[in-house]
Amino acid sequence: MRAVRRVTGRALPLDRANVDTDQIIPAHWLKRVERTGYAAGLFEAWRRDPAFVMNDPRYAGASILIAGANFGSGSSREHAVWALDEAGFRAVIAPRLADIFRANCLKSGLVPVELGPETVTKLLELATREPRTEITIDVERRTVEAPGVRVGFALDDHARARLLEGLDDIAVTLTHADEIMTYEAQRATWLPSLRD
Amino acid sequence: MVTAVKRTLAEKVWDRHVVRRTEGEPDLLYIDLHLVHEVTSPQAFEGLRLAHRAVRRPDLTLATMDHNVPTTAATPADDISLRQMDAMARNAREFGIRLYPMGTPEQGIVHVISPQLGLTEPGMTIVCGDSHTSTHGAFGAIAFGIGTSEVEHVLATQTLWAGRPGTMAVTVEGELPRGVWAKDVILGIIARIGVSGGVGRIIEYRGSTIRGLSMEGRMTICNMSIEAGARAGMIAPDDVTFAYVENRKHAPKGKSWERALEDWRALPTDDGARFDGEVRIDASELRPYVSWGTNPAQTVTIDGRVPDPEALEPALREAAGRALRYMDLTPGTPMRDITVDAVFLGSCTNARIEDLRVAGDVVRGRKVRAGVRALVVPGSMLVKAQAEREGLDRLFRDAGFEWRDAGCSMCLGMNPDILGPGERCASTSNRNFEGRQGPGGRTHLVSPAVAAATAIAGHFALPEDLS
Repeated sequence: MRAVRRVTGRALPLDRANVDTDQIIPAHWLKRVERTGYAAGLFEAWRRDPAFVMNDPRYAGASILIAGANFGSGSSREHAVWALDEAGFRAVIAPRLADIFRANCLKSGLVPVELGPETVTKLLELATREPRTEITIDVERRTVEAPGVRVGFALDDHARARLLEGLDDIAVTLTHADEIMTYEAQRATWLPSLRD
Repeated sequence: MVTAVKRTLAEKVWDRHVVRRTEGEPDLLYIDLHLVHEVTSPQAFEGLRLAHRAVRRPDLTLATMDHNVPTTAATPADDISLRQMDAMARNAREFGIRLYPMGTPEQGIVHVISPQLGLTEPGMTIVCGDSHTSTHGAFGAIAFGIGTSEVEHVLATQTLWAGRPGTMAVTVEGELPRGVWAKDVILGIIARIGVSGGVGRIIEYRGSTIRGLSMEGRMTICNMSIEAGARAGMIAPDDVTFAYVENRKHAPKGKSWERALEDWRALPTDDGARFDGEVRIDASELRPYVSWGTNPAQTVTIDGRVPDPEALEPALREAAGRALRYMDLTPGTPMRDITVDAVFLGSCTNARIEDLRVAGDVVRGRKVRAGVRALVVPGSMLVKAQAEREGLDRLFRDAGFEWRDAGCSMCLGMNPDILGPGERCASTSNRNFEGRQGPGGRTHLVSPAVAAATAIAGHFALPEDLS
């Protein structure tokens, strides 16, 4: 995973709540066996509307997505994170992110930032009024800064460390292999197995 | 005297799977069963290959093909889908995983086959790269969807890093009114708590209404927990659960069964345990629901009308207006006046044998309305075989339904079964998101009874509306 210490960039304001992962990347894109090649599928249906905010050239190159509550709901498809990442997004700000989407973000180094609804509204207004506004997300200090805005966001130590160091989760877990083996040795014998 | 800590079902099951717990870190959670399908796994296996890693517990891993399989020979899979199915077969072979591919009698939707095989049991942790993994919570298991990176992590380590979610009780009490099914119960719950009402929490469904449901009804409820944003949904195991599991292929037998039963009986939430949130619902207030919008909380009862966004609370107005434009609906239209182009009876929500029996009863001796394309897609080949033994296939075929092989089919628009742009469908599936059943398609979520009656009437209808 890519390490990420700080994200500074312009923000795309997507003022909608409950944006589900079917909108972020439609299902027909999920037939691929690769981890790349999804950028063109990002918000595919909505992008057909010329008025969709992503088609506004003033937001080209934005690296932060600001959205309404419950962003990333629905399907568990990590392809949603891959598509955002490939399209150049490095962080998502919303009042609330869906659980699975948030977990997927942390696996790809896309910084998940949950802020109070008032702050998100303020940032949405800022990015809408002045598309060139730069926002800085500091993973180390767990802060978001923009003109007139300076707030902290919640990120547990474990997630923070992994973002900062870009750690391979599996390698870390395998350092606990002895604990996993100890656990396995005391599992109930009736638990189902495909060997049965 | 020491008073034992009162714990919920979710806390009990979670705590017994903690491999490692350290202050300031999520728990390292052991996974008892990992279900794998062709769509969200290829990149995970590729990751293992690149890092020269093996699958730690092939004996706790089951794979099938469901999402992009065609459900009739008339519409074969496209080349990209075939490549994905080939990858699944190759990965299963290379990593030593049991696979039920297309064409085998055990194949089907992953959340339908695992309970049928007796692999889903109380007190387990179950994950899958699919959000509807919540289905398995009906057995008193903690079951949730994960992304592909976590699929790879579970393949390599049989564990996951996860913070213990909060808990939420949804208690439904009383007898269900006539014509109200499990699907209506969960749609009614989501209408009340909203599509993010369960975020960060495991919902436990409780109360006499839930206890009165069959295992299949309970699976329908838990299946849609994710539609309320919940991490998982659970129902305490009881005699109904045990009777369902007993004697299934992978269920414990003999002495093991006795020991398992003793363990499972201790799982239900202790009296006096506290939940982080609680919602109570009177079953007598529930009615058959039909969704009108583009998320599963946007529903009305079938007696209702398409809502006027201006009459909704301000926070919901804009989304409602956008949904109605997408759905091409006019506020004030009675739901029964809305005609459909297609009816889909299928999905991990509602394609089990009881669902097919209910729908079969409705269509018996009747004909699908001319111009309506109606599909029945059993949740698994085992469900299909049982339905055929009961003669249900004939009921559906005689009525004009297509009788298909098992798969996710028209639930998600990634196999040949899709809606055309602008087509309107009454669907027993779980998501009415924009384009979910195919680009431009319009989905209305309903129960199998309403889907069947709607196929006959050509517009939304209850079985009792049919002449």
